[in-house]
Amino acid sequence: MTHLGYLIAGWSVTVLAVVGYAWWVLARLRSLGRRVPANRQRWMMPDDLTDDGNEHTELSEQP
Amino acid sequence: MSLTTVLSRQNATQDTQSISSSATKALGWAALVGFAILVVLAFAWVPADTRITDQGDVVGQFDAVRLMFVHVPSAILAYTGFGITFLASLGYLRWRTDWWDIMAASAAEIGVIFGVLTLVTGSIWGRPTWQTWWEWGDVRLVTTLVMVLVFIGYLAVRRIPANAAVKARRSVVIALVGAANIVIVNRSVDWWENRTLHQQSTLLARKIRDETLFTLTFAFVVGATLFGWLLLHRFRVGYLERQITEQEVQKAIAERQAESAAHDTGSLTQASNPTGQIQPQSKTSP
Repeated sequence: MTHLGYLIAGWSVTVLAVVGYAWWVLARLRSLGRRVPANRQRWMMPDDLTDDGNEHTELSEQP
Repeated sequence: MSLTTVLSRQNATQDTQSISSSATKALGWAALVGFAILVVLAFAWVPADTRITDQGDVVGQFDAVRLMFVHVPSAILAYTGFGITFLASLGYLRWRTDWWDIMAASAAEIGVIFGVLTLVTGSIWGRPTWQTWWEWGDVRLVTTLVMVLVFIGYLAVRRIPANAAVKARRSVVIALVGAANIVIVNRSVDWWENRTLHQQSTLLARKIRDETLFTLTFAFVVGATLFGWLLLHRFRVGYLERQITEQEVQKAIAERQAESAAHDTGSLTQASNPTGQIQPQSKTSP
């Protein structure tokens, strides 16, 4: 096989970057998950935010 | 069953719930298995790129062509990430909600990861193919670099401490400017065809065929699966971060209200008892 060094470098850097990023995301998710009560961890949908109610989290000007 | 076992099981369940659902797990496994198959296809099935000239010389990229299966999908996923950032920013302008802002930021971060990968793998592929790691005169390379830098700037601006709404509005402006770059990068090889080492679109011109075309298409599918998995999880990180900020704000407000109430009670006591002497408590409470 020709250009083996380039192939190893190109594929390795891709795998390492993606796996490293995925690992970071999962670690952060796990860490944040422990700090947020289970009832506030559900997936958020756009409709939840446009109506009033407990899930209303529209950005406001207040600090 | 001991209490420790119950608690550890509960923690494990909570961790699992907070990290993934059955659907995202399936997506993650699909991406992993798909990538393993892609490696096999790219290295064992796709033939090396060779052509025989009229003079009988064998020319081509040889095995270096196998870098295409990481470089081209990376570029497409970077476009996808920045494209989603653009659309989500428009969504934010229309609806002004957290959802769109978090989606825009999550997609931008993933776009930057794949954008940097595009530049790095492109450079590694360029060395054996064009005998250069980088060419400043190449419009495709420079415009891609500018696009990635703009979105790195986008992420940097999001880290400047500010009110969430102000931060979101600033980000929208950069996302809209950055999105114009996507078109420029994509069309640069056609608009300035004499100022680039890149060839024009090989996919649309059907210059890639058979095993190579199948494997590249498969790489796009694996890339899309991986992108979906990353976006879902990164979005959830953003959502939880927002929940924590809200919790902290609510906690601070409650503390201030408690302080204020305590202060008011103290003032009332002071007003009703100006001498400061301790009054005996009544035996019957109201």
